[in-house]
Amino acid sequence: MATHETPFDPTLSPDDGEPTRRDVILIAAGGFAAIGAAAALWPLLDQMNPDASALSLATTEVDISHVEVGQALTVMWRGKPIFIRHRTDQEIAKAKDFAVDDLPDPLARNANLPEDALASDDNRAAKDREPWLVMIGICTHLGCIPKGQAVGDYKGEFGGWFCPCHGSQYDTAGRVRIGPAPQNMAIPPYSFLSDQKIKIG
Amino acid sequence: MAHPSSYQPSTGIERWLDARLPIMRVMHDQFMVFPTPRNLNYWWTFGGILTFMLVAQIATGVVLAMHYVPTEDGAFDSVETIMRDVNWGWLLRYTHAVGASMFFVAVYIHAFRGLYYGSYKAPREVLWILGVLILILMIATSFMGYSLPWGQMSFWAVTVITNLFSSLDAVIPGLGTRLVEWIWGGFAVGGPTLNRLYSLHYLFPFLIAGVVALHIWALHIPGNNNPTGIDVKSPKETVPFHPYYTMKDGFALLVFILVFAAVVFYAPNFVGHPDNYIPANPLQTPPHIVPEWYFLPFYAILRAIPNKLLGVAALLASISILFFVPWLDTSKVRSTSYRPIYKWFFWAFALTCLALGYLGSQPPGGWYLVFGRLFTLYYFAFFLVVMPVVGKLEKPRGLPGSITEPVLGPEHVKGRPARAPAKRKPEEVA
Repeated sequence: MATHETPFDPTLSPDDGEPTRRDVILIAAGGFAAIGAAAALWPLLDQMNPDASALSLATTEVDISHVEVGQALTVMWRGKPIFIRHRTDQEIAKAKDFAVDDLPDPLARNANLPEDALASDDNRAAKDREPWLVMIGICTHLGCIPKGQAVGDYKGEFGGWFCPCHGSQYDTAGRVRIGPAPQNMAIPPYSFLSDQKIKIG
Repeated sequence: MAHPSSYQPSTGIERWLDARLPIMRVMHDQFMVFPTPRNLNYWWTFGGILTFMLVAQIATGVVLAMHYVPTEDGAFDSVETIMRDVNWGWLLRYTHAVGASMFFVAVYIHAFRGLYYGSYKAPREVLWILGVLILILMIATSFMGYSLPWGQMSFWAVTVITNLFSSLDAVIPGLGTRLVEWIWGGFAVGGPTLNRLYSLHYLFPFLIAGVVALHIWALHIPGNNNPTGIDVKSPKETVPFHPYYTMKDGFALLVFILVFAAVVFYAPNFVGHPDNYIPANPLQTPPHIVPEWYFLPFYAILRAIPNKLLGVAALLASISILFFVPWLDTSKVRSTSYRPIYKWFFWAFALTCLALGYLGSQPPGGWYLVFGRLFTLYYFAFFLVVMPVVGKLEKPRGLPGSITEPVLGPEHVKGRPARAPAKRKPEEVA
């Protein structure tokens, strides 16, 4: 409602620096237009996020009864390869014989443990089942799949895995030792359903 | 060059149209009589070649899209169907694939021409910046196109390149992962990723065409640079674009197409990687993945730095530093031909780019890595040290009085008898 303090034409108002009601209306209109544009933009961007069918790929069960000591298995979970390795005693010894502080990445990166757990072999291997190592087989540099699962593969200087893309090397606990990769290979949430079966996810 | 319009509508239809939409006037003034320096050499023909390549890629691309299937199961097979069953499919596919390489050959020559002759210097900064923007759009477009056949190289190139964004996790934990999953449309590269890359590969060439229109507009305000780098001083120093440069550009284009056709017909797979004839396998990374040749120098820079985030930052910086070239080069002289010291640094830079390209194709280790780091260092030093410092310290050679003088001699330049030799200082003549 216009009174004599708020003239119809803002150009007629005395230039005393005081905001008028018309200024408020202009800012409010601009603000609502911006909110409307953002609300219209969001579905256009969010449609690219993982859809319902991608989100529904929750868990997978793996039969490990035929995996002998020294053998490894690769399975798919959420489009990612999961490395399941039945480690030898030498590999376990090699993984333990090392000071965690000297690692490029001192954290366990184990989804089953607190985030600040250290990258000791105990925190990397399966709980109470030391020979078993379960991890996401993706190099933490730029996402290639490291070599080392097959028997004849080159496993790098640390006897674990070697990424052919940019030369990152991982030890027998899947911890990065040299190369551009910034983190140890991630360990997914998983549990042993029995001696023969693992549930991943 | 902003110049007065010389269009004279001669028929009734032309007069009628000119009063309503003067499109014929614009074409006449900008592409027929447009005054162009008369001393342009063959390095100036690549703008026309690039325009042709954009049209060729869009034409072959649109028809390939009529037969290609952007799904995880259909992509690889549909490309093979194009090769075997579609009429002329083999020719269209090879032309499109080799065309990407020829596009980059031309754009790199075009960019180095601009760098050598100071075509980025005032008043052509906006022209240069739009050019860098086109280069970035071209890189994005060709990357997305390479993913479409869904071979091993396609799949792993997408994996590696999209994972560059995951390095942001080092800045804000989780941000990089969120961003990468948004690009992928899942928790790994897969069908949804391919589908959206197809959509964007179709869209981007039209964005490029839009920026090219602005690029030509920005060229036509100051007019062409020329090999001397000095401004056009009289209309006599120019010739109309048509027929003089349409014919010259046309001839250069024919020679370029000759080379293009020779590669398409006799060595269509020479620049490609044989592993892309293996269907994508998400469980196995090829032992030696390399990007397409035109990305190799940037790839070498990425790998030279032993830190994920810093490597990605260096990769992005190596391209985006080009935006700042007009302000990094402090020399008042445009053309490197008159810059005796800078010339050496310039050719060392050209050599560095070739060397980085070679190193990018080799395994990252040993001496390759050492040289990769040295050349990466010089790549950035050229922009950040050489350009500002040499521009200040260097004493340029004497410039000719006009752009016709180096060709015709000073006596032919009317109104400027024997001016240039007197201008040169004795030590520069020797």
